[in-house]
Parts: sequence; structure tokens; C-alpha cells
Amino acid sequence: MISRRMADKLWVSGLLLPAILTVAYYFIYPMLVLGLTSLHSEAGPSIVHYTDILTKPRYRESLFDTIFLSVAVTLVTLAISTLLSMVLVRWEFPLKKLYQALITFPLSFPGVVVGFMIIILFGRTGVIPNVTAQLTGRPLLRIAYTNGGLFLAYLYFSIPKVTMTMVGSVHKLDMRLEEAARSLGATPAVTFRRVVLPALSPALVSAGALCFATSMSAFGTAFTLAQNISVLPVLMYTEYTLSFQIEAASAMAITLGVITLLFNYAYRTIGERG
Amino acid sequence: MRRWGPGRFLVLFVVVLVSAFLIVPVFISIIGSFSGYWGLTMFEKGLTLRWYAYVWENYSHTIKFSVIIAAATVMIDILLGVPAAYALSKGHSRWSTGLEELLSVPVAIPGIAIALALIQTHNYLSGSWLFIVVGHVIFTMPLMLRAVTAALRTAKLAAMEEAAASLGAGRCTRLIRVVVPNVRDAIIAGSLMVLTMSLGEFNLTFFLYTPLTMTMPVGLYESYASLRLEIGSAYTTLFLLFTLPLMALIQYLGSEKVEGRGF
Repeated sequence: MISRRMADKLWVSGLLLPAILTVAYYFIYPMLVLGLTSLHSEAGPSIVHYTDILTKPRYRESLFDTIFLSVAVTLVTLAISTLLSMVLVRWEFPLKKLYQALITFPLSFPGVVVGFMIIILFGRTGVIPNVTAQLTGRPLLRIAYTNGGLFLAYLYFSIPKVTMTMVGSVHKLDMRLEEAARSLGATPAVTFRRVVLPALSPALVSAGALCFATSMSAFGTAFTLAQNISVLPVLMYTEYTLSFQIEAASAMAITLGVITLLFNYAYRTIGERG
Repeated sequence: MRRWGPGRFLVLFVVVLVSAFLIVPVFISIIGSFSGYWGLTMFEKGLTLRWYAYVWENYSHTIKFSVIIAAATVMIDILLGVPAAYALSKGHSRWSTGLEELLSVPVAIPGIAIALALIQTHNYLSGSWLFIVVGHVIFTMPLMLRAVTAALRTAKLAAMEEAAASLGAGRCTRLIRVVVPNVRDAIIAGSLMVLTMSLGEFNLTFFLYTPLTMTMPVGLYESYASLRLEIGSAYTTLFLLFTLPLMALIQYLGSEKVEGRGF
């Protein structure tokens, strides 16, 4: 006869097993194979496909472009989202709930739809070029398919995401500290810089890590808009499908995976502490 | 505090600009889907429903397919995720948090990396709708797990379970008749989240689909590549009809964080 404790343990393990086996067989095992493929070369195991990312000009350029784009997007998004989250928490205005819902909707869009929104705004017959053509006779800002368009597209998905992660931290700000600073004669700008920003800094670092991870691994958005620039995820796709370089593509996938995993981890640990 | 200095107006200006940037194109896309010809103006050739007919004729299969995939994904997530969350809440805290972390890893890995890995190991599934379901389950199960685990942590189930046990309820009965009803709201919230994620998933699906297993976002990409804004708009509007009510419901239920979505 097995004891009751034993039976309890068996029951708990039995409930866990289907989920664990599924993740093991359809995620861990494939990821291990992906890692092995990335280390495969004709002369035996080597890290040549990783060093290639840093040495092959086309790869290196793509890596640096992607990092540069993601850093720029992260910085601008943090500035905008700080404002937006403070407005959402502290300002009262009619239809606030509806407004919040509207600016959160892009979170449910696939990257390709985000790209399309940029085409609608800045494409050949986009809203901005059409309106400026009517007003000034010349279409302005036809930038959907340029680096600027890609930057705006990344802002489009980053701003809602970062704003929503920051709202909670803004809620927790102690307004009495700001009132104290104001009553001691500090201007709103000084209060913001010396009181609000330091209190928000863990949240900013954490949200920034999330934003960077999301930008680095974005694929659909860039795929819809990309013409001549190729961010790392898109390069990975073309290396795999067009050039049949599955080892190089796997190395890029692992690189992207490690980067996003690390930054997602930073987002969660710093976010929990803050 | 409520004085409107120049700083406050600057903030207002930025907020209005950014909000317009996020919201306006969605409405333009809905309006433009009725445009007879979208050139320099939208309605010089009148209003039409032609593009909806076109999209329905060419892409209705992607809509049906996406709904089937999303429904299957939710069901599998519930069947795998709810028992696992319950087991994790019973287990020793040290290894159960470790296991929870492990089961949550896929959500932090880019979809394209998971897809490239799946292609190398499970390509025999290629062409089957199951291939896409597998990808979506791996990618969404952490969301279900997290939603239910959080609810289990706050629900005071131990006493209720003991009471049920003392009345002779077995383990399975307790799980189905006591635990599940108490975390029903979390299961519903998790399901809505998973539905939204699955319906909108592109990055992973794009690597796994074949012409016979095309989902809505993949079809959307194809329609955008044709560079016809009217068609893209009509299709996008149909897509929004599916996802926006889900998003509204998620917000109504109070979970505003949508995590783990890659763009």
C-alpha cells in the first residue's frame, strides 16, 4: 500500500507531467537542436557562425543597425511613456477609460498591422502626405518605407506597451514628496527632475529593458516595411529562406533569444524590486 | 498644483500628438476600407463594399482557420495549464517556482527563434494545422499558467479542499468541483488573453504556415504586400472586429497588462 503522502505526490506530479512533457518535447528539445545547428560547420563544431555575425560586414551592419534602432526607440519611448503614464494616472478628463482603451489597442496588433498603420499614415497615399499635398501642394513625410518609418513603427508598438508597464509605478509615487518639494519653492521642472525621476528610475530601467528586448526581436513590423534596411530578425529570415544558411540563421536566432531572455529577465527582476 | 503653466501645455501638446499617432490610423483604416479609390483623396469615386467582398472571397478561409487554431490553442492551454498551475501551487515552493520559471521561458524567446527550432525538429508536422497549434500553445501556455497561478495563490483553497476531502471527495473531484470553480475568472481572463495572442500571432506562424494553413495575420501580410490600401484596410477592419472586442473585454475584466507579445 502506498501512503497518502506518496499518493499526493504522485497526483501532483501527474498533473504537472503533460505540461512539462509538452514544453520539453516542443520547446526545449527544439531549442537544443537549434543551438547544435548554430555550432555546426563542415570542419566540426565551431563558433564560426557567431563570430560571423560580428565580422561579416553585412551581418555586422545589420546587428549594429538593430541595436542602434532599438536603443533610440527605447530612449524616445521612455520619454513619451513617462509623460503618458503620468497623464493617465494624474489627470482627470472625460472619457478617460475610453481613451486608455484606445491607446492600449495596438498591444493586440500583430507586427504586420503595426507596419500597415505606418503605411496608412506615411505611405505613398498616406494621410500625412495627402493632407500636406492638399494644403501646401507638395506631399510631405512620405517616409513609411524609410529608416524613419521603421523608427516610427517601432514607437507605435513600444509606446502602449511601456506606458502600460509604467502606470503601476506612477500610481505608487508618493505625491506628498512632490508637494513638499513644491512648498519648499521648487519649480515643477525641478520637482520632476529631482523628486519624480529618481523615484521612477527602477521602473524606467525595467520598462526600458522590456522595450529594448521587444525592439530587438521585432519581425513582422520590419518585414512589412523593410525595403533596403534589414534588421537582424529579418536578416535571419532571409538567410534561412533565400540563402539556405540554416547554421547562420540558427546562430542569429540563438543570439536574439539570449538577448531577449536576458533583457526580459532584467525587466522582471528590476520591476519586482521597484 | 492646477495652474496651467507653459510646461503643462507642452505636455498636453505631446500627449495629443502621440495619441493621434496611435489612434488616428486605426480609424482611417476603417474609413478607408469603404473607399472606392484611395488616391490623393479617398472618396472621389464614392463609397463601396467591394473590398469586403474581395477580401471575403480571397481570405475568408484564413479567418475561419485562425478561429479554429485559436480555439484549439485555448483548449489545450486549459487542459495542460490549469492542472499544472494547481500542481505548482501544491508543490514545495523552491522547486515549484523553478518549474514555473522554466514553463514560462517560451514567452521571453522571440517567436522566430522558436519557429526556426520547431522547423528543424518537427518538420514532419509541416502542412498540418497541428504544427501551428503546437507553436501557439508553446508561446501562449505561460500566459494561462501565470493567470491561474496568481489566482490560486490568493484563493483560500486549502480549507475548502479539506472540507471536501472530509466529506469523501477524491482528488480528482476536488480539482474539478472545488478548485476549478474558484479560479474560473482567472481561466476566463487567461483564455481571452490566449485567444487575442493566437489570433494576432504572425512571427512564429509565418515560418510554419503553408498555403493550406494560412492564418489571418499571414493573409494580412500578403494583402499589404499587394500595396492596395483599400484591400488592406478592409481586411484589417475585419481583423479588428475579432480582436478589439476581446481587448475591450480583457480591459473590462481588469487585467491591463498584455505581456509576451512580439511585434
